[in-house]
Amino acid sequence: MSPVIGVLAIQGDVREHARCLEQLDVDVRLVKTAEQLKGIAGLVIPGGESTTMSILAVKNNLFGPLRELRTQIPMYGSCAGLIMLADSITDGRPDQETIGGLNITAKRNAFGRQVDSFEIDLNIAAIGDPVYHAVFIRAPLVEAASPAVEVLAAIPADKSLTGTDQVVAVRQNNLMATSFHPEITADLRIHKYFVDMVRSA
Amino acid sequence: MATDATNTGVTGTTRVKRGMADMLKGGVIMDVVNVEQAKIAEDAGAIAVMALERVPADIRAQGGVARMSDPTMIDEIINAVSIPVMAKARIGHFVEAQVIQSLGVDYIDESEVLTPADYINHIDKWAFTVPFVCGATNLGEALRRINEGAAMIRSKGEAGTGDVSNATGHIRTIKGEIRRLSSMSKDELYVAAKELQAPYELVCEVAETGALPVVLFTAGGIATPADAAMMMQLGADGVFVGSGIFKSGDPVKRANAIVQATLHFDNPDEIAKASRGLGEAMVGINVADIPVPHRLAERGW
Repeated sequence: MSPVIGVLAIQGDVREHARCLEQLDVDVRLVKTAEQLKGIAGLVIPGGESTTMSILAVKNNLFGPLRELRTQIPMYGSCAGLIMLADSITDGRPDQETIGGLNITAKRNAFGRQVDSFEIDLNIAAIGDPVYHAVFIRAPLVEAASPAVEVLAAIPADKSLTGTDQVVAVRQNNLMATSFHPEITADLRIHKYFVDMVRSA
Repeated sequence: MATDATNTGVTGTTRVKRGMADMLKGGVIMDVVNVEQAKIAEDAGAIAVMALERVPADIRAQGGVARMSDPTMIDEIINAVSIPVMAKARIGHFVEAQVIQSLGVDYIDESEVLTPADYINHIDKWAFTVPFVCGATNLGEALRRINEGAAMIRSKGEAGTGDVSNATGHIRTIKGEIRRLSSMSKDELYVAAKELQAPYELVCEVAETGALPVVLFTAGGIATPADAAMMMQLGADGVFVGSGIFKSGDPVKRANAIVQATLHFDNPDEIAKASRGLGEAMVGINVADIPVPHRLAERGW
């Protein structure tokens, strides 16, 4: 039986994630309420505006059930989703809540404003060859991570603005997150990696 | 189109421009004229704010030539909120667009709400790193804007009226024309492109995918939670609310309510809840009472 994977549908590029997942032979459910979280085997938190997602998750009483669920099923967040899964954030709103679970500090809009949004090729060992073409849109960065966090991908020092490795994809047990947006490319390897996490959970 | 950045990645690509609009989907973009309003919008869960000097209702009431906003005012709003900030340039005014891009605005609206600067040409939007949103009343107009480089389309409606009828008409027209293209056989698309006055390649793409190649929001006259939810049910990816919020009796409440109704657009119970006790909606003006030369939706071609 195909597992049901939810896509948090508060706001953002929900449809793109759903399209990627559907191609990987899983059932997709768009989730807007606590009721709809019941029975899913994994959850994707899409790209969008993390402040908006956070405000609406508070208003619609979703943080409680989401925090409970994050200890039980695999979750994957892209861009705003990475911020939602981070234990702490910098340059967010002072009152911005997150689901948490990843022992990282995520810096919002770390690369600048929209004019600074970019595409770049990355080597990601976890998904193998060939190089992965990553799309960053007003993207966050993993500024700090505890030793418990596995780094899946980084922009190497010789290509980064800071002259140091910039961590842009992480995993910690059942939670993973990327600064970039695999859902708006045709490359399904990141989603496949997540679906494999769900299937082996 | 694509330019090298200080970063070793590539900026200003079609994918990051259109992708940025994808991230706005399901959201409400609110017109704001100062920092206080921008903060109200952000607190309510707006997905972005449109920084402008006068909301369309005031532009309509006060008349005169409407232009790009003062850069200082745009800067203040950029500094006050962390959500994306958009700003309007006049149709065809590529220097206003250059100025707005230099301010670090996240999206430029080449807008019929301002007085056009060129009655023949729109801005060549491929020449910019910042993405553009443009208005359209029908599919041909939308595809012409996309051909010029627009990375997002909003149906025009009739701005500053609080009368949602034109917004309804425009989104229905665009969606209807897309459905019609999808049902055509391949050899009919040549004439369809001619009739739409749109590039053949784009017409074929729409016919094949059954959708615009960019995100489609709706705008112009949306004043209530039910208005916003109706636009979403008609197939919009999100809504712009201009005068509807800050020309109403209780902007904080109404901003929150419109965001909530946009999220739960297919749930009448939630829309009802959002619609309670909002105080006065903007008084509004019937589009039919506006003489044709004063209708903003007629601007742009």
